[in-house]
Amino acid sequence: MQHGSGEQIAPHCIILTLLYNSISTTALLIVENDMTTANATPVLEMRGISKRFGAVQALQNVDFNVYAGEVVGLVGDNGAGKSTLVKCIAGIHPIDSGTIQFEGRPVTINGPKGAVALGISTVYQDLALCDNLDVVANLYLGREEIHKIAPGVVGTIDEVKMEKRAISVLRGLSVSIPSVRTLIASLSGGQRQSVAVARSVMWKPKLVLLDEPTAALGVAQTRQVLDLIARLREQGLAVVIISHNLEDVFSVADRITVLRLGRFAGTFGVRDVTHEQVVGAITGAEFGTLESYPGQPLMEEPKTV
Amino acid sequence: MSTMLNDPRLIGKEPEGSLLGNLRRRLSYADLGQLPVLLGLALIWIVFQWANPLFLSPGNLTNLLLQNVAIGIASIGITLVLLLGEIDLSVGAVSGVCASVMAVESVKNGWPGPLAVLAALAVGLLIGALHGFWITKLRVPAFIVTLAGLLGWQGVQLLVLGNTGTINLRDPFITGLTLTFFPGLWAWVACIVFVALYAVGSFWERQQRVAAELQVSSLGSLIARIVVVGLGVLLSMAVFNADRGLPLAVVIFVGILVIFSTITKRTRFGRHIYAVGGNAEAARRASINVDSIRIAVFTLCSLISALAGVMAGSRLLAVNQSSGGSDFLLNTIAAAVIGGTSLFGGRGTVWAALLGALVIGSIANGMDLLALESPIKFLITGGVLLAAVTIDALVRRRRVAVGR
Repeated sequence: MQHGSGEQIAPHCIILTLLYNSISTTALLIVENDMTTANATPVLEMRGISKRFGAVQALQNVDFNVYAGEVVGLVGDNGAGKSTLVKCIAGIHPIDSGTIQFEGRPVTINGPKGAVALGISTVYQDLALCDNLDVVANLYLGREEIHKIAPGVVGTIDEVKMEKRAISVLRGLSVSIPSVRTLIASLSGGQRQSVAVARSVMWKPKLVLLDEPTAALGVAQTRQVLDLIARLREQGLAVVIISHNLEDVFSVADRITVLRLGRFAGTFGVRDVTHEQVVGAITGAEFGTLESYPGQPLMEEPKTV
Repeated sequence: MSTMLNDPRLIGKEPEGSLLGNLRRRLSYADLGQLPVLLGLALIWIVFQWANPLFLSPGNLTNLLLQNVAIGIASIGITLVLLLGEIDLSVGAVSGVCASVMAVESVKNGWPGPLAVLAALAVGLLIGALHGFWITKLRVPAFIVTLAGLLGWQGVQLLVLGNTGTINLRDPFITGLTLTFFPGLWAWVACIVFVALYAVGSFWERQQRVAAELQVSSLGSLIARIVVVGLGVLLSMAVFNADRGLPLAVVIFVGILVIFSTITKRTRFGRHIYAVGGNAEAARRASINVDSIRIAVFTLCSLISALAGVMAGSRLLAVNQSSGGSDFLLNTIAAAVIGGTSLFGGRGTVWAALLGALVIGSIANGMDLLALESPIKFLITGGVLLAAVTIDALVRRRRVAVGR
């Protein structure tokens, strides 16, 4: 009888085992994710984000999140909506629909200043540094420390205080420059990028957005900047980098989120995915090269992973 | 990672902060500061002294300065505008119209001198604010707005002066601005106090940096700097004293220089002027109100031009239809540029105005002493301006070559 029931159960067992396996794999994945992110609430959680510019649907129903101490690479082909998404986060474009939660609280991002007030800091591709000013002046641009002579009296710039803090911030990030009094004009591309990144963390943000931080840099300088990004993660910041260079993304990111034609096309832990799979998600030819799916149209709806 | 960070190419070592080290670094970066213009000035003085032994006499040097105080003051304003990467072509016309207001109020309406001067300054302030508003809010290029100003304010000047054309100034306050001299003991005391304050300030600043464990330049170079400044001030005082004494006009000029040097180098506003001139977009993203900075600078420039007009009127003892006209504008721009202020914004100091005005003034004065013909004077002045800007351009190219 027992034996018989065992016989009867057997097919169920197989199905259950299969189910269990798939669940545990998922669970394992989740656990892995949790281990890398260290925190259950994402710093930034965006759901169903849409943004339209006239006739162009730049973003459609995009989900995006990033945790503290995590570097997320945001990749996609030209026109995939990476920059639009980052500009929505940075407060440059208001979103048409969708919800944004920052540290678990629902928020609306009111312009660039609103983003900064929330603790979102952005480094644009053009770096926005003043070549004619030194490193200290650039780190403090627009937020110079002033000697407080008397309330209401315009004071002089407290160079000593600014220089001390500038040195400590740059040291904390192991940025190497000849002197904090060097003009930006005399720094290399990598050093400028490093100064721009250092400036983005001057005022203790929670989230740093980096737009193409390694574009136009040489090999050694790229390494320098990627190391710097890794140190931002060590300091517990949430970091989003936009990049065209998958090599760089794989070497520094914990997770890669792919956009394609304005839609979410998957998010992958870097350890669970190959270059080819990411390229597949970017181009829409999933898990393979285009050649291996000769019959499929390029515009096919991407499967989420 | 660490190997990359220790890559010798990424860590340029700054030479020691000694006097020689500093000089060598500056030479290697082609960051010569005021050195070329100082050398040029020395050369000009040697040539003219050789041609006419009266050139370096105390009387002539005092005259030379008095002749050029107005140009020097106006070129402080131009320097501020150039730092933004903009231009103000209305400096001469504004100085003329403001001087006319002063003359009319003082002579025709019998206002007391100080009040007439204040009226002139107020008119300058309003004109500058109007320029700034037009340039930033209506987005008309500064070149056009101030070119229109150059023509328009000249017209207003003729209207203000009316039929008389020339108004002779008699108010003792106004004429006293350039006719007052402080001879003897008190002027010496003032000069020594000035140098002492400079020395104390420099040492105090260095001490602050030492206390904060920041890199400081060597004590030797600091003392050398103080000695050079001190000798310069005291030597100038000796020259003035051998003539009629320390001129009030020079005190006013240097006072304005010190004020604007402090504003540009040590206040937020000044830092933001450089930032806007260097990269306006970066300044905007750093939440600097670029429009306010622009309006403020154009306002200051016209205000300073008004003061220059007052000083020019005082020196001439009259204001007439050509006050602030002819080559006044071009001389102020030339002075700023010769002094080392870049036309492209973000580079230069207000001290350039003093050095540039001295160069321009020395050439004009020296050629007058030699009784040269007008064509020769124009040619030489033009040549010097071209040479100064060419040196600037070459230096810039060298900077690019060394990545600076």
